Amino acid sequence: MLATQIGYYSLIFGLIAGLLIILLSIKNYNNREIFINPKILPISFLQFFFVSISFIGLILSFINSDFSNETVYNNSHTTKPLFYKISGTWGNHEGSLLLWLLVLTLFIFLFLVTSSNQPKRYRILTLVFQQIIIIGFFLFVLITSNPFSNLFPIPQEGLGLNPILQDPALAIHPPILYIGYVGSSIIFASSLAAVVENYISKNWARHIKKWILISWVFLTIGIMLGSIWAYYELGWGGFWFWDPVENVSLMPWLCLTALLHCIIVLEKNLSLASWVVILSIASFTLSMSGTFLVRSGILNSVHTFANDPERGMFILIFLFILIFIALFIFFTFFKDNNLKKIKINWISKEASILVNNWFLMYFLAVILIGTVYPIFLEVITDEKISIGPPFFNKLIIPFLIFFLIFMAIVPSLNWIKSYLRIRITNIIFLILSIFLSYIVLDRTSSETLILTILLCASLYLFFITIREFFNKRFKNISQIVSHFGFSLLILSILLNSIFSKEMITNLKVGEKFNLKENIITFEKIENNKSKNYDSVIGYFKIQDKNQEIIYLKPEIRIYNEPTTITSEADIKTTLYTDKFLVMNFVKGKEYFNVRYQLKPYMIWIWISTIFIALGGFISFFKKEYAK
Amino acid sequence: MKIVRFFFIFLIFLNFYNLSYSKDNEILKKKISKNIRCLICQGQSIYDSQSDFAESMKILIEKKLNEGLNEDQVYEFLKKRYGQWITYNPDFNKNTFILWLLPILLFFVGGAIIVRKLIVQKL
Amino acid sequence: MQNRIKLIFISLLLFFCFLILFEALKKSNIYVPDKVLKKSLPKFKSQDLDLKKEISSDELFVDSEFYLLNIWASWCLPCRKEHSILMELSRNPKIKLIGLNYKDKFTNAKKFIDKFGNPYSDNMIDTDGTISIELGAYGIPETFIINKNKKIIKKYIGPLDQNSLNEINIILK
Repeated sequence: MLATQIGYYSLIFGLIAGLLIILLSIKNYNNREIFINPKILPISFLQFFFVSISFIGLILSFINSDFSNETVYNNSHTTKPLFYKISGTWGNHEGSLLLWLLVLTLFIFLFLVTSSNQPKRYRILTLVFQQIIIIGFFLFVLITSNPFSNLFPIPQEGLGLNPILQDPALAIHPPILYIGYVGSSIIFASSLAAVVENYISKNWARHIKKWILISWVFLTIGIMLGSIWAYYELGWGGFWFWDPVENVSLMPWLCLTALLHCIIVLEKNLSLASWVVILSIASFTLSMSGTFLVRSGILNSVHTFANDPERGMFILIFLFILIFIALFIFFTFFKDNNLKKIKINWISKEASILVNNWFLMYFLAVILIGTVYPIFLEVITDEKISIGPPFFNKLIIPFLIFFLIFMAIVPSLNWIKSYLRIRITNIIFLILSIFLSYIVLDRTSSETLILTILLCASLYLFFITIREFFNKRFKNISQIVSHFGFSLLILSILLNSIFSKEMITNLKVGEKFNLKENIITFEKIENNKSKNYDSVIGYFKIQDKNQEIIYLKPEIRIYNEPTTITSEADIKTTLYTDKFLVMNFVKGKEYFNVRYQLKPYMIWIWISTIFIALGGFISFFKKEYAK
Repeated sequence: MKIVRFFFIFLIFLNFYNLSYSKDNEILKKKISKNIRCLICQGQSIYDSQSDFAESMKILIEKKLNEGLNEDQVYEFLKKRYGQWITYNPDFNKNTFILWLLPILLFFVGGAIIVRKLIVQKL
Repeated sequence: MQNRIKLIFISLLLFFCFLILFEALKKSNIYVPDKVLKKSLPKFKSQDLDLKKEISSDELFVDSEFYLLNIWASWCLPCRKEHSILMELSRNPKIKLIGLNYKDKFTNAKKFIDKFGNPYSDNMIDTDGTISIELGAYGIPETFIINKNKKIIKKYIGPLDQNSLNEINIILK
């Protein structure tokens, strides 16, 4: 009860702090002092503090199962394990917005602390733009999605958290993803401030690069966690469905990736300034649009939030206000006259980064169009269509081939002017990759032709990046690690999809079946009672061709609050392959529907994503370029 | 001319997908069920869903394949009953040509911008 | 000048997007299929629940002005809700009620009929759910109104209620 009250009033204090900061900033902007008003920093900290209090208040309400709070009532239950009570705090719409606010206020505070060597007016403007965003979110939370609304009479029991959300990967997925999303708000605010102050410079590039790296790394990890969750909890061993909600997280990622490459050009020789600003604006806009598309319920997705159109309306209007502010500032204030122009040669690092951006923007366009097109079509013609994996595969894979080859060739180029060296190892690698992919093609059907071409390209990149490791080009170590991770990612996804084997069958207890020299025996079932669910556990013995025996124990859980049946796959992971087994009830029958999959190199998909993020991480701590 | 040639190459690429008719019904069934939306679920394919609707649909797809229908005919059969919404692979028609062509158009526009930037600077 | 044109162009484009999204928010995202189809009834064959013999749809859909095809199952709770309405309709001589028993156990289906009454003049079995898909059904219960030319003229997804009963009675007049 008390926690709810405190939480609510803290939010209002946070909002007041935001208004106060804007007021002080405007005064401070025009006076002659060299430093920003010393009062601003503590107020910014206070704002963060208030939001933390309110967030902790909500967590406490969840821990104590205080059902007088509507959010807790809707999303929690007394029998839920403590871990999921806590993660339930941000597993719902209201709580996740509060988390979003928390990260927003934390980041602007950190920005103020770490930017003391930057010009005063630039810092103040960034602060103001960021506070506009923060106030927008405060209003959004308080007006349309108050996490602290009271219920009376107080219900005895809560409605419970959707069981498929009760998963460790998903519990930490939102905070990490939001750090990525919210980091892009700092980039947005700072680039607008830099445009107004005419401060687009090498210095600014170096400074903002850190923030780009932070959001990029967290977004990468966040997307990966979401994908791991999908692999364990949704569907049958898939990890990426080209579902709208997945797409909206990938769009800012692509945009940030492009920005990450461009900012290096700006840092090095001050070109591409306008493009960097556009990308900075776009990354945050895409993050916000993602929020809009997910929360408004406008899209039909497997990852659902309870949604209501009023909220959608609020974010939509807020989003477009921000976009128009950004546009106005960009077109009024942006001048690149004072930036000295450097000629870019066809064969140079600058040109190759342009091409990189070209491809990334194309992928972004495909995903954006594929995600929002059904909405547009439905409004205009009233016809509903679905856009799914075939569309994205058809438009992305052919271009990905060129992209990968390109990634293999150009990173060794120098700045400004360079030439392509044809090394003997390159040719050997190329022949080797063609040969290896031919073997793969030979062992599978001709159906995989396009995939094997892609495989060939990714193998080539893989070899080249491995060679780079041995060339000891430590100046570029972060780039090499990330590119290596990317080639490994594509490689493992491809091998995984080409060599996956599956068997779907109906089995009774005691029966067995074979798949690829594996003998699977359904030994017994066991009924279990847990705190918040009953479960039926199947015991399966799997004997492979080397006579090695493992046991898989898939579960069918019958959650009591709310009553839902979920099947928990049991997955045995090794470096070579994942053995994935899941079983289901069949209505009115005594046998179970059993599905067994061999998914090779599954773990490498996650490992390679970690490599990609690691590259960004290394870059964050790398010594800065000498001036 | 280059653009035209490139476009042709692209079309050939697209055709690879359509050429790849498999004889094996089991593989084909899996492929089709991945491309069919489970209408009563939230954004899942038939392949990924375990609902009654999805289970029946899987059996139906198998039946139709055994009756000798090919992949496209199965899609046509289902589209006739449930409309475009059921397939994840939208047709190329008057409603969707923008969907298919706009990304590619943007790709060429992007290329043109880069080429212009590089050429203009050379002068 | 060039900048201004760009600005205006981008603003218009964004405004267009805004309008579309604004409109889209008002629409429900739940898929509602066309209710009036004017499609022919597909031919199908199945076991009869009572007679225990193979029967084709051609043999069933004869000599009535209208037909009602109802997909039901004993395990489906909404089906119980609409059962009284079906019973009421079965007293109307203008319409012939045909049931399609969906993924059910024979004994349970029998029990259901014995307990709540049999509105159907014939009952077919759809053990694996494929006939329902041939018909273009989504789930159960689902009801099709078919005219004498074997065209589906109306379709109800979900249980029938008093409103749908009134609508059907208007069609029958």
